Amino acid sequence: MENNNNIPIDDLTEEFVVNIGPQHPSTHGVLRLQATLDGETIKDLLPVLGYIHRGIEKMTESLGYKQSIYLTSRMDYLSAHINNQACSLAIEKGMQIEVPERAKAIRIIMAELQRLTSHELWWGSCAMDLGAVTPFFLAFRDRERILDIFEGNTGNRLTMNYITPGGVMFDVLPNFASSIKELLVKVKEHLKEYEELITGNVIFQHRLKGVGILPRELAISMGCTGPVARASGISCDVRKYHPYDGYDKLDFKEIVIDGCDSWARYKVRMEEMKQSIHIIEQLIHNIPEGEFRAKVKGVIKLPVGEYYQRVETARGELGVYIVSDGGNKPYRMKFRAASFSNLGALKPITVGAKIGDLMASMATIDLVIPDIDR
Amino acid sequence: MTKEELKTYLVQIFPSNKVDETFDFPLMFVDKSELLSVAQKLKDSPETQFDFLFCQTAVDRIPNLEVVYHLSSINFKHDMVLKVVLEDRETPEVPSVYSFWKAAELYEDEIFDMFGIRFSNHPNLRRIMLGDEWPGFPLRKDYKDDINIVSL
Repeated sequence: MENNNNIPIDDLTEEFVVNIGPQHPSTHGVLRLQATLDGETIKDLLPVLGYIHRGIEKMTESLGYKQSIYLTSRMDYLSAHINNQACSLAIEKGMQIEVPERAKAIRIIMAELQRLTSHELWWGSCAMDLGAVTPFFLAFRDRERILDIFEGNTGNRLTMNYITPGGVMFDVLPNFASSIKELLVKVKEHLKEYEELITGNVIFQHRLKGVGILPRELAISMGCTGPVARASGISCDVRKYHPYDGYDKLDFKEIVIDGCDSWARYKVRMEEMKQSIHIIEQLIHNIPEGEFRAKVKGVIKLPVGEYYQRVETARGELGVYIVSDGGNKPYRMKFRAASFSNLGALKPITVGAKIGDLMASMATIDLVIPDIDR
Repeated sequence: MTKEELKTYLVQIFPSNKVDETFDFPLMFVDKSELLSVAQKLKDSPETQFDFLFCQTAVDRIPNLEVVYHLSSINFKHDMVLKVVLEDRETPEVPSVYSFWKAAELYEDEIFDMFGIRFSNHPNLRRIMLGDEWPGFPLRKDYKDDINIVSL
């Protein structure tokens, strides 16, 4: 090139736009990120959504309450049980149904197993996004075993539709407790393996430490919840502050770390897996006897009013907002999805960073795209 | 503050606004011209500290449109609901609360997409899910689509 001797080197670069996705492997679904780059530095980031928008909120208005629960499994499919639970709790609140103790215990066990599968999959894919393929297969060992338990007890592996207003669909199998006991022994062994293989790995730590810093104030303003918020020092576990289905009677720790970076988010999830195991262990030896489902009328009608129920999914706070006009269909049903709010944090934590760190930040925010689009 | 305490507090501080309750939270109606000043007070007042907008949505209550703000406080863990009622269905517009809660950026995009409510001073208002070509606003009650919506 000629005549550029006097031009400062910064002025020679040109901004350009790169579309990451909608079918990029590390977006874990159909999310497109329009990244404006200057060399390797991200100048702007615009998430483009809607590739898997199904209009679940509109569908609920023409379906009944019971049918709407089945749709919730398809939002955050890695927290299907917990989504069903949120929707069921909201309906139970409106109808004032008392859930039997046995059903509550089964719900919590299922929900915590679900959190475990979700975090296992996250752990595998997080490592895979950063270039390590083996962990993905390692994580699937436990995930498969848990899904086998789901399949045996609920009939489905991914969209279970097991938790229903009044309790659960069916009673659990006689070997439920013993199979989970066996499972947890393996999971605990494997967790130690994960720590040795990945957590202690120097390269992995360098890829995450100090990357994707989300300050506390920003996380609050952005409406972040779940492990993302807890890694920024915000204590916001719904299971602690607005306990449902008897979480208040259980002993578990809310993991809050104020590292604010990707490494902190990694640590929070790793510790949460241990807490989930701890919760299941408290319940598995003494699931109360009795009914697994309270009697619920065939056609569900909620009294006129507005109901809001929140639960803690693997990704954060899921809110179900129901406006009822007294009919047998919801007048308006809104799902406050955790991934949708957490997605907002992606831009501020990646702008100014290198494109290579975008994958690390995205992996630790742990987005599920159908949850964003609904 | 508990729900009842918060309700009495709101009545004291905002005597001209209608205060009600939903099943879970205290509820306050606010005019759209006062929205920003009320939001500012609720966020900054040391008694309330509503620094967390955890859900923002709209409801089509024919003939009005309602924008619903669910607010929470990280410190006190109490919640409340703010509502703005819009009588204009043709060109509904509300000031954006993006300057108080950054989460509003995505929420308001979604509301604009689904209800056609515009938010003034929003940094980048766009039809986030459906795209600019989509005709009509699907979550409005008078939206008709014979092909895509199957009702039972």
